[in-house]
Amino acid sequence: MPLTLQPNFHEAGTRYFRPFSPGDDFYEALIETHRDLSDEQSDLVNAKLILLLANHIGDLAVLREAMRLARARL
Amino acid sequence: MLSTYRYPKFEYRPAPEQLAGRTQRHPVVIVGAGPVGLAAAIDLAQSGQPVVLLDDDDTVSVGSRGVCYAKRTLEILDRLGLGEPCVTKGVSWNVGRTFFREEEVYNFNLRPQEGHKRPGMVNLQQYYLEEFEITRARQLPALDIRFRNKVVSVAQDGDKVILQVETPDGIYALEADWLVAADGARSGIRRMLHLDVEGKIFKDRFLIADVVMKADYPPERWFWFDPPFHRNQSVLLHHQADNVWRIDFQLGWDADPEEEKKPENVIPRIKAMLGDEREFELEWVSVYTFQCRRMHSFRHDRVLFVGDAAHQVSPFGARGANSGIQDTDNLCWKLKLVIDGQAPATLLDSYSDERVFAADENLMNSTRSTDFITPKTKTSLTFRNAVLELARDNPFARALVNSGRLSVPTFLTGSVLNTPDSADFAGDMIPGAPMDDAPMHEDGSDFWLLDRVGNGFMALVHVADPARLDGETAARFRALAAAPIPVEVVLVAPVAGPAPAGLRVFVDRAGRYAERYDSQTGTTYLLRPDQHVAARWRNFDAAALQAALARATCNC
Repeated sequence: MPLTLQPNFHEAGTRYFRPFSPGDDFYEALIETHRDLSDEQSDLVNAKLILLLANHIGDLAVLREAMRLARARL
Repeated sequence: MLSTYRYPKFEYRPAPEQLAGRTQRHPVVIVGAGPVGLAAAIDLAQSGQPVVLLDDDDTVSVGSRGVCYAKRTLEILDRLGLGEPCVTKGVSWNVGRTFFREEEVYNFNLRPQEGHKRPGMVNLQQYYLEEFEITRARQLPALDIRFRNKVVSVAQDGDKVILQVETPDGIYALEADWLVAADGARSGIRRMLHLDVEGKIFKDRFLIADVVMKADYPPERWFWFDPPFHRNQSVLLHHQADNVWRIDFQLGWDADPEEEKKPENVIPRIKAMLGDEREFELEWVSVYTFQCRRMHSFRHDRVLFVGDAAHQVSPFGARGANSGIQDTDNLCWKLKLVIDGQAPATLLDSYSDERVFAADENLMNSTRSTDFITPKTKTSLTFRNAVLELARDNPFARALVNSGRLSVPTFLTGSVLNTPDSADFAGDMIPGAPMDDAPMHEDGSDFWLLDRVGNGFMALVHVADPARLDGETAARFRALAAAPIPVEVVLVAPVAGPAPAGLRVFVDRAGRYAERYDSQTGTTYLLRPDQHVAARWRNFDAAALQAALARATCNC
């Protein structure tokens, strides 16, 4: 499966009435993960997060595409 | 500064209590004639309920203040006889555009679907809304508005509330069976009853400027993150009536509000944004901070809190006045049933439960917008800017761009007033849902569904052909309308046809109702007076309908 670039956030058992809600749920959880951390701690958390998610995705073609997009337009 | 608006001055008259020299007891007293208190007063008075409305001032809102009125609010204003002047005077819009630095990164459409009467949003200065409401209020004989009547004390005493009211002619006492506190964010009623409101202050300041200018920008909401003309901060632009434009600049917490308000400091900011050549005049300037907070409960015995008195949100999302008017939409029919002895006072607890649930959704959405717009840490800022950069090319990131999630009504999914589904339905019109609009047809004319439902309970019963409804069923339908809590049964049919006497038919020619409500022959919806779904079935069942009605009114 190629890298998904369409909105894809969802949660089992949750019914969403507004299209922005699942993404906003994710984003809040993401920012909350960093609450009260120093910048250094946040960098480490972000690195761990990428590694955890990368392993979960597994498919190196997808990961390479994501890495390419993340570096583009810097 | 320029003025496009002449503030009316409303006449003060001594209260009947002062003229008669004795205290009177009133079934309902509302404190605060802002957009929310007026909506409550009109709603009750148009149902024949005598109401006294007290306000400490004698004019409308000074400054444009709340400017965005959402589709659901317009539908409520339609029910109150006010939608038309607001939409005619205001600027209707559906599209919002978000820019990051120089580029547009995201846009949204508040009304992606056709076949609804009202637009996603109307921009209208708050003083116009209040003026239209006062004009409407004055047509209602049951409504007694008292300007320059300031409540100076309030006490709950068993089955009544006792108020002391200060006027230019001195202080008088007033008694009320029920008190509706619509006296705003700094509610005096709340303070005098020693009630808490909990939440947090956001450490940021914003400058609002109302500017009069001729501009041919489209009627859209434009929002900038980090624009070249106001680096590292956000800016919001809204078009209002009379060629007045609202510009909102984020200033940061360290800004000096008094300095920032001075025209010599405001004008260069606007010139940087609009370009030197565009002519404009300042009409109104204010610097604000905001809080996100709410009371624990909106009902305290015989005192009911609505609007900013009960809850405050950040302005991103236009969820302040909009949610306040939705509070009154939820409260008034319940209060009327309780006053009329048709429902127990516990029905008013459902007002608090449902609107606390809605307030929490509004607080959540406006807090999320605020956190996105004004990131508090380096990491939050990095994530925010990463979303904005990815948004140029990637739909998933565009969906994360949060420049304000604009006011939409809450689905009251957890309400005790709902009867859970006993059959499968597609779509969103679940028990507790705010009703979707749909184009309909009756007696040779087209109309909008939401213009002909509400104010009382109704049941929409889907039939294949109204002409073939048998007499016995028709008689049962008519009997429901004559019950102590009347339920008007209306037939919904795909084709017109002569209905049995005493029954109306809404013809769903375009099939939008059938689609949006997943309605087929037999499908029956029980609708609340505030245009929310109470219950639905695949077949009409009088006993089930009675049980659902009892449940929706706390009579079980």
